[in-house]
Amino acid sequence: MALSGADRAAVRALWRKLGGNVGIYATEALERTFCSFPATKTYFPHFDLSPGSAQVKAHGQKVADALTTAVAHLDDLPGALSALGALHAHRLRVDPAHFQLLSHCLLVTLARHYPGDLAPAMHASLHKFLSHVTSALASRYG
Amino acid sequence: MSLTKAERTIILSMWGKISTQADAIGTEALEMLFASFPQTKTYFPHFELRAGSAHLRAHGAKVVAALGDAVRSLDDVAGALSRLSELHAYILRVDPVNFKLLSHCLLVTLASHFPADLTADAHAAWDKFLSLVSCVLTEKYR
Repeated sequence: MALSGADRAAVRALWRKLGGNVGIYATEALERTFCSFPATKTYFPHFDLSPGSAQVKAHGQKVADALTTAVAHLDDLPGALSALGALHAHRLRVDPAHFQLLSHCLLVTLARHYPGDLAPAMHASLHKFLSHVTSALASRYG
Repeated sequence: MSLTKAERTIILSMWGKISTQADAIGTEALEMLFASFPQTKTYFPHFELRAGSAHLRAHGAKVVAALGDAVRSLDDVAGALSRLSELHAYILRVDPVNFKLLSHCLLVTLASHFPADLTADAHAAWDKFLSLVSCVLTEKYR
């Protein structure tokens, strides 16, 4: 299912609203991922994963920046995320199934912080966007 | 899979609040499910699925009522949901993958309604509880 014009407009509008806080939400999403799905911690043996960790915060900002890049390139997600996809496929070797766990936690995080904004239609657009990001990352795995 | 004492405490303490908004939560979660994952609508050809429909409200209430039955019998969720388990196995035959989708939508809805309560630990506890319920509902499939 391609991102419709309405999906793109909705995602861009929400991202403008999130402003400079995307890093905070991505960090919280990472923390929730590690808490709900402990297997994901195995990708970070070199990190301090305790609550409030500076390393997780820094990583959250990295994830946030990548998502912001994706929002700026909705017309060419595979192109924009090509290098990141290669990194995850060949060097980090993250099972793509785990991207969905992070997406889930990000959606829960955003719903907490913007309860009025995650109505069914917005959730659908966001979920679609994150699925496309996941697909773009996973497309380099072959 | 069983819930720890700490997880049960979290679920029981939040349930009081949840039950006061049970219908709204159930309806919203279902609306989100059908909007984001349209394939799930195939199980409801006999329903009017537009937002606000009486069918949606009634079914949302049913779903949350069933979760309430499970919450009241955390020591024996399989026993509490035995009839529902048979219904899903022999008559409804909902593909198990869809329970994860509904669980996700329920968690996002809970996050919208109870942002302060859905801490990372609470999120993990609810995820586990909903996984347990999903397991019980699919355990008689074969």
